[in-house]
Amino acid sequence: MADAGIDMTALSAKHTAPESRSLLSRRHGAEWRLKLYGILAIAIAAAALILLVYTIVTKTFGVAYEYYVSLDVQMDLSERDMKRIEDPNPRLLPKLDKVVRNSMMEAAGGEFDRKTRRALSSLVSTDAGLELGGIAKADRDLIGGPYRYEALLDDQVQLYFKGDFGRLEDAGSEGPLELRKGTDPNQVEMVFASSSLGQMRLLMQERRSREAGNLRRTARDQERAFTETEAALADATTEAERTRLAEQLEVFRAARDDFNSRADALETEATDPQNTFELTSRDPSLLIRVNRGWIKVSSFGPDAMSGIVIDPPERLIAADEGDWTAFVLARPEASRKLNDRQVLWLENFEREGKIEKRLNERLLFQSDSSNAELAGIWGALVGSFWTMIVTFLLAFPIGVMASIYLEEFAPKNRLTNFIEVNINNLAAVPSIVFGLLGITVLISGVKLFGVELFDGLLKSVTEDPRSTPLAGGVVLALMSLPTIIIASRASIKAVPPSIRDAALGLGASRLQTATHHVLPLAMPGILTGSIIAMAQALGETAPLIIVGMNAFIQDPPGDPLDKANVLPSLIYLWNNQSERLFDGKTAMAITVLLVFLILMNALAVLLRKRFERRW
Amino acid sequence: MLPLTLLGIVVIAIGGFALARSRAVLVADGNLSSLHSRPGYHGLYMLLRVLMFGLGAYILVNIIGSTLVGSQMRATLTELAPDLTGLKADTALSDARAIATGTIASKTDALREALAETFLRIDGQRIWAIAIVSILAALGAAYTTFRQIKPGFRARNRAERVMRRGLMVTAAVAILTTIGILLSLIGETLNFFSGIDWRVDAFLFGTTWSPLSGVHEGSISADKVGAIPLFAGTLMITVIAMLVAVPVGLFAAIYLSEFASPMVRAWAKPMLEILAGIPTVVYGFFAAITVAPALVSFGGSLGLTVQAESALAAGVVMGIMIIPFISSLSDDVINAVPQALRDGSFGLGATRSETVMKVVLPAALPGIVSAVLLGISRAVGETMIVVMAVGQSANLTWNPLDKVTTVTVQIVMLILGDTEASTAAGPAYTLGFTLFVATLALNVFALRIVSKYRQKYD
Repeated sequence: MADAGIDMTALSAKHTAPESRSLLSRRHGAEWRLKLYGILAIAIAAAALILLVYTIVTKTFGVAYEYYVSLDVQMDLSERDMKRIEDPNPRLLPKLDKVVRNSMMEAAGGEFDRKTRRALSSLVSTDAGLELGGIAKADRDLIGGPYRYEALLDDQVQLYFKGDFGRLEDAGSEGPLELRKGTDPNQVEMVFASSSLGQMRLLMQERRSREAGNLRRTARDQERAFTETEAALADATTEAERTRLAEQLEVFRAARDDFNSRADALETEATDPQNTFELTSRDPSLLIRVNRGWIKVSSFGPDAMSGIVIDPPERLIAADEGDWTAFVLARPEASRKLNDRQVLWLENFEREGKIEKRLNERLLFQSDSSNAELAGIWGALVGSFWTMIVTFLLAFPIGVMASIYLEEFAPKNRLTNFIEVNINNLAAVPSIVFGLLGITVLISGVKLFGVELFDGLLKSVTEDPRSTPLAGGVVLALMSLPTIIIASRASIKAVPPSIRDAALGLGASRLQTATHHVLPLAMPGILTGSIIAMAQALGETAPLIIVGMNAFIQDPPGDPLDKANVLPSLIYLWNNQSERLFDGKTAMAITVLLVFLILMNALAVLLRKRFERRW
Repeated sequence: MLPLTLLGIVVIAIGGFALARSRAVLVADGNLSSLHSRPGYHGLYMLLRVLMFGLGAYILVNIIGSTLVGSQMRATLTELAPDLTGLKADTALSDARAIATGTIASKTDALREALAETFLRIDGQRIWAIAIVSILAALGAAYTTFRQIKPGFRARNRAERVMRRGLMVTAAVAILTTIGILLSLIGETLNFFSGIDWRVDAFLFGTTWSPLSGVHEGSISADKVGAIPLFAGTLMITVIAMLVAVPVGLFAAIYLSEFASPMVRAWAKPMLEILAGIPTVVYGFFAAITVAPALVSFGGSLGLTVQAESALAAGVVMGIMIIPFISSLSDDVINAVPQALRDGSFGLGATRSETVMKVVLPAALPGIVSAVLLGISRAVGETMIVVMAVGQSANLTWNPLDKVTTVTVQIVMLILGDTEASTAAGPAYTLGFTLFVATLALNVFALRIVSKYRQKYD
C-alpha cells in the first residue's frame, strides 16, 4: 500500500490543513444556505396561504351576526292599504314606512323635526315597511293592534355594532360635574375637576401635534420648492423669466409661512396645558351622559367645557362622581356615516335592551339586493348549480368520448397528432379568450339559427342569450374539455394492454373492448379528473362576466334558461360595491365557494384512494 | 309543436329499437346463433339511424326555414314601409316578432301588427314543414332499416361504425373550438384594423390608449389605440409576479424533492395544492382588500406614495398564485432526473447542494425554463386579479407603485362598458387576439424547449 505512490500522511495533512478546513466549512455553509432558502420559500407560501385564509375567515365572522331593533308597532292599516299591499306588484307603500317611522319615534322618545326624523328612520333597513306589509298580509288579525316587530337595521348600523367605527369609550370622569345653562337655549356650560377627562386631553394633544407635523411636512415641501426657485432665479438670464420666477418665489414663500404659522398655532394648542380645544366635526366626539340626558361637547378646556344638549338631562344641576360619564368616540363625525345623534339613539336602544343580535341566515338564503344589509348569495348559488349541471352534461360525455377515440381508435397520423397538440394548447389558452369566443358563438349562433331553433325551448336564451346558465355552461364546458380529455386519456392509457388483448381474444369487437372493459376500469380516474375540472370551472370568473353573467339579479333562476348569476361573479360584483358591509359579505361568499371546492376536491381524492388500481 | 316533434322522433327511435329487436328474434326463427349480430345490435342500429335522419332533417329544414322566414319578413317590410331602413327596420322586425310571441315590444303600431300577422302565418308554415319533414325522415329511416333485417345482416358492424364516427366527431370538438376562437378573434380584429385604415403600427407602437373616447363623433381614431401602455403594464405585473413566483417556487421544489423529510413533504405538498386550487377571484379579493391597503400604509411609513391600485399589489398576489404552478412543474422535472446522476455526484464527494446546483439543476434546466415560460403565459392571461386590484388608467410608467392597466383589464372593461357592443368589440377582440397569439407563442416555445433540449437518460 505504501508503494502506491501517494503519501498518505501528506494527504491527510492536506485534509486537515486550515485552507481545506475553511473550504469545507464554506461548502457546508452553501449546503446550509440552500436548505434555508428552501425552508424560506415554503414558509413564504405557507404565510401567504395563512394570511389569505385569515383575511377571509375573520371577515366572514364579521358578518356572521346581524342586528335587529325591536319596535312596538301600531298596525293602523285601512282596508285600502291592505288592498295595495296585496297587489301582486308591490308598490312603494308610504303608509307602512310611516308606521315604522312612528314606532321608531316612540322608541327614541320624542317628537323631532323633519330632518331628524329622516335621520332616525334611516337607521332601519329601507325594506322594513315592505317586510311589515308582508307580515300583515300573512296574518290579518294583527291589523289594528300593537305588534312587536323586529326590524333589520341599516348596513351602516350593522357596521357600528360590529365596531367598525369604534364604540363609545369611557374618557375618565372623576369628581363632580357642575352644569349651568349657557347663553343659547341649547347650550350648557360645565365645570369639572381638572384631574378628570385626562384621556380626552391626551387624545386631543396628540391629534393637534400630529396635524402640526403634517403641516410642517407640507411647509418643508414648499421650502424646497422655494430654494429650488431661488437657485433658478439666480441662473435666470432673461428679464421675463426672472419676473415669472420671482412671482413664483413669492407664492412659495407665502405658502410656507402660512403652513408654518398654522403649525405653530396647533403646536401651542398641543403643548399648552391650559388650552381650550374647539371640537369640530373633524375631531373625536366627546359625549357626556348626565342626569339621563346626553350633551355633546363643543369646546373643551382644562376644567371647564361647554356643549350642546342632544337629549335634555332631567335637571340641570351638579352631578356627583359616578352619576355622570364622559364618552369619547375616537372616529371623527366627518369620517363616519352615522352622526353623533344617530349613535346616541343606538346607544340608548342598546341600554334599553331593544337591540338584538341574531345569526345571519339571510346571507345564505336570500338573493342579491342593492341594500347591503339584505343581500345574500342564494340566487348565485342556484345559478352556479345550473351552470355546473350544463357544463358537466356537455363536457363529461364529449370529453370521455373524445378520449376513447384518441386512445383506442385514432390512427397515428398527422390529423390525430394535430388534435393532440390542439388539446394541449387549448388547455393553456387564457380563460378570458373563451369568454370572447362565448360571446361570438352565442350571439352569431342565435343570428344564424334564428330565434326558432328549438321554438319555445330557447326563447329566453334568444331574447338575450347572455346571462343564462346555459350560456355560461357552454363556455365553461369548452374550457374544461381539454382538462377532462387530458385526465381521461391518462387514465385510459393506464389500463394495461393485457385487458384489451384478453377481451379481443375472446372475440369482442374493439368498441366492445373499449366500452365494456377499458372504460369501466378507467372510470375512477376519469371521474377524479372530471371532478377536478368541475372544481376549476366552479371558481372560474373571467369568461362568465364577459358573457354577461354579472348582472344584478334578485331572484334565483328556476332553470338554466333564466337570467342568473354565479358565485364567483357575485364575488366580483360585491367587491365593486362601495358599502363596507359588502366586504364581509364578499368574504362570506368566498367561504361558501371554498367550502364547495374543498368538498369537490376531497371527493376526488376519496375516489382516487378508494377505486384507483395500480397495475 | 316543435318540442312535440322532437319527442316524436325520440319515440319513433325507441319504438324502432324494440321493433327491430323483436324482428331479429323472429327472423332467427328460434336459433339465435344463426344471426350475425345479436338482436340488441339490430335494435341499436335502428335507433341510431332514426335519430340521425330525424334530427338531421329537423336541423336542416330549420336552418333553411329560418332563413326563408327572415327574407320573407324583410320583403314584407319593404313592401309595407319602403322608407324604413337600417336600425329602424331591424327594430320593427324584432318588435313584430315580440308581438307575435306575446313578449314585450318596444312599440306597437299598425305596421308592426301587420308584420306580426305575416310572421305568425309564415312561421306557422315553417313549423309545419319542420314537423312533417323530420317525422317523415325518421319514419323512412325506420322503414328502410327494418327491411334490411336478415340473419346475415351485419348490424353490429354498422352500428359500431356509426358510433365510431360519433366518437371521432367529439374528438373534433377540440379543433372546432380552436377554429371558433381563431375565426371570432380574427374576424373582429380585421374589422377593427380596417376601421383604422390598417394602421397596425398605430396599435402595436402607439402610446395613447383611449379607444372609445369621442367614438360617438365618428369611427375609432388610429391615434388613440396605441396599446403600448397596456403591454407595458402587463409586462410589469408579469415581471413582478415572476420575481415572486420563480425563486419561491423553484426553491420550494428543490427543497421538497432533495432535502425535505417525508413528514414535511406530506404537509407542504397539499398546502401548495390548496394554493393552486384557490379561484383567481379570491386572489383578486385578497389583493384588493388586504395586500393593496397593506402596501399603501407600508409605503406611507417609508415616505413613498403607493397607489391603492398599484402594479405591485397585483403582481405580488399573482406571483403567489403562480408559486404552486412553478413548484409542481419544477418538482416533476427535478424528480425526472435519474437517481444515477445524483449517486454519481455523491460518489465523487459532492455535497447535496453541490449535486443540486451542478448536476440536478443543469439536467432539469429545459423543464424548468419551460415551467417558467408557462408561468409567464398564465400571468399574461390572468384576468380577475388585475381586474379587481389594478386600475383602468392607461399609464405608461416605470414605477411599480403607480397605477397601470393590463390587456385583460381593458378587454373586460371594453366588453362590460356602456359603449355599444359593436363598437367596443373591435378593440377588445384585437386585444384578445394579441393575447391569444402571445400565450400560444409562449406555450409552443416552452414545449419546443423541452423537446429540443431534454436529455433521454434511460
